[in-house]
Amino acid sequence: MADGYNKPIPIPQPESDNYWEGAKAGELRLRKCDDCNQAYFYPRNICPECGNNNTSWIVASGNAKIHTFAIVHRPPHPGFMDDVPYVPAIVELEEGPRMATQIINVEADPSVISIDMAVKVVFESITDEISLPKFEPA
Amino acid sequence: MPVMDKLKAISGSIAIVGVAESDNIGRVPEKGPMELHAEAGRNALADAGIDKSEVDGVFTAGYSTYDIAEYMGITPHFTDSTSVGGSSFVIHIAHAMAAIAAGYCEVALITHGESGRSNRARAGGNPGLAGAQYEAPYGIMGAPIGYSLAANRYMHQYGEDRTREAMANIAVSTRKWANMNEKAYFYDTPMSFDEYHDSRWVSWPFHLPDCCLVTDAGAAIVITSAERAKSTKKGGVNVLGVAEGHDHSVLHQMPDLTRTWGRHTGPQALEMAGLSHDDLDLAMIYDSFTYTVLATLESLGFCGPGEGPDFVADQRTAPGGDFPLNTSGGGLSYTHPGMYGIFTVVEAVRQLRGETGQRQLDTCELAMAHGTGGTLSSTGTVILARD
Amino acid sequence: MPVMDKLQAISGTAAIVGVAESDQIGRTPDKGPLELHAEAGRNALADAGIDKSEVDGVFTAGYSTYDVAEYMGITPHFTDSTSVGGSSFVIHIAHAIAAIQAGYCEVALITHGQTGRSDRARAGGNPGLPSAQYETPYGIIGPPVAYSLAANRYMHQYGEDRTREAMANVAVSTRKWANMNEKAYFYDTPMTFDEYHDSRWISWPFHLPDCCLVTDAGAAIVITSAERAKSTKKGAVNILGAAEGHDHAVLHQMPDLTRTWGRHSGPQALEMAGVTHDDLDLAMIYDSFTYTVLATLESLGFCGPGESPDFVADQRTAPGGNFPLNTSGGGLSYTHPGMYGIFTVVEAVRQLRGETGQRQLDECKLAMAHGTGGLLSSTGTVILGRD
Repeated sequence: MADGYNKPIPIPQPESDNYWEGAKAGELRLRKCDDCNQAYFYPRNICPECGNNNTSWIVASGNAKIHTFAIVHRPPHPGFMDDVPYVPAIVELEEGPRMATQIINVEADPSVISIDMAVKVVFESITDEISLPKFEPA
Repeated sequence: MPVMDKLKAISGSIAIVGVAESDNIGRVPEKGPMELHAEAGRNALADAGIDKSEVDGVFTAGYSTYDIAEYMGITPHFTDSTSVGGSSFVIHIAHAMAAIAAGYCEVALITHGESGRSNRARAGGNPGLAGAQYEAPYGIMGAPIGYSLAANRYMHQYGEDRTREAMANIAVSTRKWANMNEKAYFYDTPMSFDEYHDSRWVSWPFHLPDCCLVTDAGAAIVITSAERAKSTKKGGVNVLGVAEGHDHSVLHQMPDLTRTWGRHTGPQALEMAGLSHDDLDLAMIYDSFTYTVLATLESLGFCGPGEGPDFVADQRTAPGGDFPLNTSGGGLSYTHPGMYGIFTVVEAVRQLRGETGQRQLDTCELAMAHGTGGTLSSTGTVILARD
Repeated sequence: MPVMDKLQAISGTAAIVGVAESDQIGRTPDKGPLELHAEAGRNALADAGIDKSEVDGVFTAGYSTYDVAEYMGITPHFTDSTSVGGSSFVIHIAHAIAAIQAGYCEVALITHGQTGRSDRARAGGNPGLPSAQYETPYGIIGPPVAYSLAANRYMHQYGEDRTREAMANVAVSTRKWANMNEKAYFYDTPMTFDEYHDSRWISWPFHLPDCCLVTDAGAAIVITSAERAKSTKKGAVNILGAAEGHDHAVLHQMPDLTRTWGRHSGPQALEMAGVTHDDLDLAMIYDSFTYTVLATLESLGFCGPGESPDFVADQRTAPGGNFPLNTSGGGLSYTHPGMYGIFTVVEAVRQLRGETGQRQLDECKLAMAHGTGGLLSSTGTVILGRD
């Protein structure tokens, strides 16, 4: 673990083990329903559209655009004390689903970041087990 | 889907006969949350003139009905601890209506109590939930950040400057109402537009006054049949329409960040009551954030998508304006312990009864109370009328 | 108090049209609790022949309706997350009848899922609750300790030896039923009276086989109007009576350690249905512990206080006996993931439909399912009838 990392750390669950293993390996893995032929987030063995188990994993391109963002000045948790202002966001992946993330490697300024801006995934290692998919300007 | 002819058949068959807060609200470090529940419950029963021993239905959220009933010494025959955050206590009215109409109980007590400001403990989260895995690691934690993400999308779609002005209008008009409510946290603290615009950022695009308070408070509601209501101390405020539902849990799953489930509950509650928007004298709309009000007014159908900024322009929602909104001072300036929804009902009932002193509306015969819970996730809408 | 003429008017207006477990039950370390909810929900809808898109009421406990609905891709117009422990899913049936009758929803889905056996996380407790302050410091933690305290009081009042023999009778007869249910955890494991008496102590007076299993499992129920039920795949199991309530939260507040709230919910459900104890062909009674069954049979009025040891004597509740009890193998020998109540309904419905293979009763037209939650705190009773 990175020394002193005291932000929330995901605890992999039966349905997300593969997602977090993928992130550690530098892949953004998505679930896809082979009946609906549609990718979805977050990972579930059961398709939220049709309810079937005929689902598989795909590797996303990592290309996305910003659906919305904010700039946090008051930390919601002690772990983010040194990070403010930081930029949480919802991004829309090229494959369709939206996911929550952070935009990094950019100035936390609403005149610099914009909605619909193209971004691409980068993986930030926070523990031996977990790397967080974050996004930076493409 | 909801069956309107059945719903219309029970419209008006149930009445609110008592409402109250806990003895103190705001900052109450010497009292625990269950005590706030119990105080509010006792006070609401006193307001109704109904003895505790007659309560046979207990409704609450945050705590189990076990804890509240045991604390208060009530043994309920019908229990409901449905918890969907701040809207819980509004949707409990729908549940109470169904339970009383069905015959499961006669006197329903809905209680709330939270030490939002003075909490001594925080519950741990469940690591299996989507929020813990896919939002919290990015610092998307707590309501201000989630709602600010939604607000920025609204700005992008409908214009940043007019959205900003609308948020300022709501913050300032709500504060004016609070300045007329001696129980309000900001009773003694006016706020100008300049003060709004100069205030610090919490999570851009939210200034501090875009965000609700964090207080200690409890409240309770007593509900019984319209028939039984006639013999209570203050008579009934009739429940004409109620609706509820939700369409997502975590924010990134929300289908459209600018539209809440109010798009269903508003029309359903109004149709059940046989009324239209123009019939209403008062709207009590959960204002967790200024943006919540904008998105909700549009979702409920008071105006079209993107029209909220025009709808609230020029202090139209302030004292003296022609669309009285959140006359208690709302979650922004009156009180907000965490799950504020119940307080929208308390104020609506008091306005309908004519009990609100200097902020009393000249005409108040029909009111809407509307709760939002989760991260813009659940809504509950209730239409109330004075006999 | 409950109004019997209203309740009798809605008796039979709603029906159970689908029941199911998750794909696997017992030990499923590769699946999370929400997945078990969703599997069971999907399977119950398939059992009913109803499409997911038609579900407009979602009922659950342990998780929020937010989490379950979002996972499954359902946007409900009526939500109920009342949680009173193991009885929750039984009392949801009462809530569903009231909601359907009122017109709030047409198709109610009740889901359950817990990985009691494989849990990767345990939720932290709330230090403000009475149990955390006044029971856990003494090691009164978890159901086995609490229920053993109640059981010993029963022994004191009604005789140790006959109570012991009754607990052995319940444990052994329930195991015999499990040996006829291939889904049961102890399907392949018979148990003799000697094995019962020789087993190790968990919390005296409880042997290990006095205590329910801890498993992974999910289950779900689909409910709709009696009218709508006619066009579903397997037709209706009618809900003739349903009742609920509770009288304490923590054990030391229980008014009488030998009497549960079943003393109210049993008679109310039977009267609503217009039937008596003797009319029932099957009793599915939550067996968290052998003692729970003894106290519950008496509270429900199957026999008088202190008489249950005679009532269950001589394996009368076993296969071939004249009082079939917990024919699935119950929480003691079939499955018990934590909040078992929903499984009492699943088995009752299957018996009424004639779907239970080698353990099928010759005659099963009327059944009672009864859940207990908390620490003997809440009960829910339903009376089910096959058309």
